[in-house]
Amino acid sequence: MTIAKTTYGRRSFLKSTALAGGGMMLGFSWLASCKPTPEQLIKMPKEWFKINGFLKIGENGLVTIMSPNPEIGQNVKTSMPMIVAEELDVDWNDVLVEQAPLNTAIFTRQLAGGSQSIRAGWEGLRMAGATARRMLQEAAAQAWQVPVGEITTEAGVLHHKSSGKSAGYGEVASAAAKIPVPKEVTLKQLKDFKIIGTSRKNVDGLNLVTGKPLFGLDYHRDGMLIAMITHPPAFGLKLKSFDASEAKTMPGIKDVFTIKTYEEGYTKTAFDNNAFNELVVVVGNTTWETMNAKKALKIEWEPSPDTTTEMNLFGRTMAVHFPAGLENTDTHKVKMAEQSTKKGKVVRKDGDPEAAFKKAAKIVERSYTCPFLAHNTMEPMNFFAHVTADKAELAGPVQTPEIMEGSVAARLNLPLEKVDIQMTRMGGGFGRRLYGHYLTEVAVISQKMQAPIKLVYTREDDMTNGIYRPSYEAHYRAALDSDNNLIGFEVRTGGVPESPLFANRFPAGSVDNYLAEDWTVDSNITVGAFRAPRSNFIAGAEQSFLDEVAEAAGKDPIDFRLELLKRAQDDPVGKDNDYDAERYAGVLELVRKKSNWENESPNVYRGVSAYFCHNSYVAQVLDMVMENDKPTVQKVYCAIDCGIVVNPDAATNLAEGGVVDGIGHAMYSGLTFKNGVPQQNNFDKYRLIRHSEAPKSIEVHFVQSDIDPTGLGEPPFPPIMGALANALYKATGQRHYHQPFVSERRVMG
Amino acid sequence: MANFNLNINGENRQLDVDPTTPILWVLRDHFQLVGTKYGCGIAQCGACTIHMEGAAVRSCQLPVSAVGDKAITTIEGLSENGDHPVQKAWLEHDVYQCGYCQAGQIMSASSLISENPNPTDKEIETAMNGNICRCGTYTRIKKAIKSAAKSEAL
Repeated sequence: MTIAKTTYGRRSFLKSTALAGGGMMLGFSWLASCKPTPEQLIKMPKEWFKINGFLKIGENGLVTIMSPNPEIGQNVKTSMPMIVAEELDVDWNDVLVEQAPLNTAIFTRQLAGGSQSIRAGWEGLRMAGATARRMLQEAAAQAWQVPVGEITTEAGVLHHKSSGKSAGYGEVASAAAKIPVPKEVTLKQLKDFKIIGTSRKNVDGLNLVTGKPLFGLDYHRDGMLIAMITHPPAFGLKLKSFDASEAKTMPGIKDVFTIKTYEEGYTKTAFDNNAFNELVVVVGNTTWETMNAKKALKIEWEPSPDTTTEMNLFGRTMAVHFPAGLENTDTHKVKMAEQSTKKGKVVRKDGDPEAAFKKAAKIVERSYTCPFLAHNTMEPMNFFAHVTADKAELAGPVQTPEIMEGSVAARLNLPLEKVDIQMTRMGGGFGRRLYGHYLTEVAVISQKMQAPIKLVYTREDDMTNGIYRPSYEAHYRAALDSDNNLIGFEVRTGGVPESPLFANRFPAGSVDNYLAEDWTVDSNITVGAFRAPRSNFIAGAEQSFLDEVAEAAGKDPIDFRLELLKRAQDDPVGKDNDYDAERYAGVLELVRKKSNWENESPNVYRGVSAYFCHNSYVAQVLDMVMENDKPTVQKVYCAIDCGIVVNPDAATNLAEGGVVDGIGHAMYSGLTFKNGVPQQNNFDKYRLIRHSEAPKSIEVHFVQSDIDPTGLGEPPFPPIMGALANALYKATGQRHYHQPFVSERRVMG
Repeated sequence: MANFNLNINGENRQLDVDPTTPILWVLRDHFQLVGTKYGCGIAQCGACTIHMEGAAVRSCQLPVSAVGDKAITTIEGLSENGDHPVQKAWLEHDVYQCGYCQAGQIMSASSLISENPNPTDKEIETAMNGNICRCGTYTRIKKAIKSAAKSEAL
């Protein structure tokens, strides 16, 4: 038996096909003609041999690798299998990729969040490939009666040099599947990597450009009904009564009723967070009919009371307070400004900041704010469920399937093993789909209707349902001595309802006298993780402030940061600094070189920023030009240290996206409230960055590293907000303190 | 309810439906052509872009009753094998992240190129400004459109 060889990548068109063994698959080349040549007839295996939970090998040498984690656009469905394929030592063109089922017995941490998929999966994925390779070697050694140590592998073929024997993986897969899993395996040396560190195309590329059903909203089941929910129009309101008499008579409508997402007495986890527990549900045959009936509902709302709920927040039971009342952005701003003038809770103190400020030659003092943000994943919240008496079958987009399985099981009073969640590709996550109340909602609806149901949120439902990025304020003070050394630094920060403080991050550790305080203002508006939580504000604020301090000190902004980082490296202040000053300085040095920082061009205004989060370091230089009096982002240089880069072009794409996302949110986006009502509920009022506002070009550079991979989905996002603010200042002479900057600007349109 | 004879991706399709139903939901719910995406429902995001007689239109704001016998093309019908120059350029540049908006982006881009085979950067920005990409793949989209335009010209 030989391995089927083709002249181009087979996997890109095979992956959409059911992987049942047997039969001849008809492949087609989208790069060449539409008529298949004989070489393009791909032979699918007659039989798959499961080597371990991560992979199976067909008798003809094709390999299927399971991608364990949810795919939200971070491209783990390509990069995680690449790591397995590397250690398996197989030709990437012979690999098919499948989304793994939720299976906590085989896979650990099936979660998309915290930029940790690759970092946390790294070792397990390598082991999965390496143990399979070892089992194939042992099977060959037994067949050929030679020592296993003499068997080498290359691109899916086993070789025994002295006897001249060789065999494809497929030929020994059946025997290898019966070999006991080795206790120890040797992992490849970094220098021997052939797949990791090379750019491989997205395994779902062809499916995406041809519109195949990949997303939760595309999920279909015969007999499936559509459900939509209506939640209170304002935070601080709850359902009083409803009249569905008209809606129920409308065409295609099956039923209208209310549900409670969680039952009284249930202790919610952080990921069960929801603002509105009682919802009015409309169930109909089609989306349009259901949408229309939803509009015909007559609902009365009433004020919800002041409540304190016990929640299980990452293993700790904590009381969370939701005050009564209808909140306003104007009031939030006043409350935050008030807090900024008061002493906060001291989280870290080094030296004697008070004395430092007393003897300072210069003091710089500034405040920064940002609004609430809605995640606005392009695919609105949705989920499929079919709940029967003894089991629940769910499918759709969720970042926390493992956790939500528990929530659904608890709500339906079913054992965990009777709840199955299938992961679809997600039309964006950004943290929003960590919070899976919509899974419980659809499960309860399906249980009540005794039918397969797809729950669909309209854009308006999605944008006004809560789980927002909090609104924050940060107040900074810096003390310079007469030689322009930074001798004191204070940050006092907080938000509605959470604080964005990271007390042990830079510039902590680089200043003798340092004070970090925080505060919070309670709110009934629900918040949640939003791409790079807390960092997504504090990075921009801190990096804008440092720019002003550097200016006051008469120093180049990169030199000034490097000077502080040198101090943190040589003689760090305090013990709990949670960053590596050398790697931090490394990305600044790299971006300085790549952006040609010293060589200023006329009419190009530059801002720099650097930040550490999710275990990675990012420095950025943003070049702005004025076009018809409008500041325009010409180019962004981005230097990243995230350890080993698995899939460089995909990593570059992710970093480019982070840059665009950061510029967009800092410049244009915000959610405001009037009497508890979100004032923006769709993209006509909520501004997201568009093509013409994106940087004209983005250059991404990675620090060459042999450190195990760290985070990448989030780190490029927070610092760009600082680089943007600093370049805006250079371009316009105006400092920008309040996001979205467009609301502060007279020039920016 | 009313009967409609539609021309979708070169096929005649019939259905009996509420005449106000946007063609987006006809495609998605009635014909299971789900490549065309719902994003906002108010023609602000472009995820639902299709072609009507070759021109890009937002299907979420187009009632089925307004279609008549005009030819509708969706992402599924843009090419037989995913080999339209714009689709090939998207694959070449590995444009997508989450990918949800990309069918709409491709439909807008292919309409642009058919009308203007050699668009400038500014023309691309103007034509594509109605299509939001929440992941921020705008720079790649622009590159892909330029290489698709180049390959068309060859």
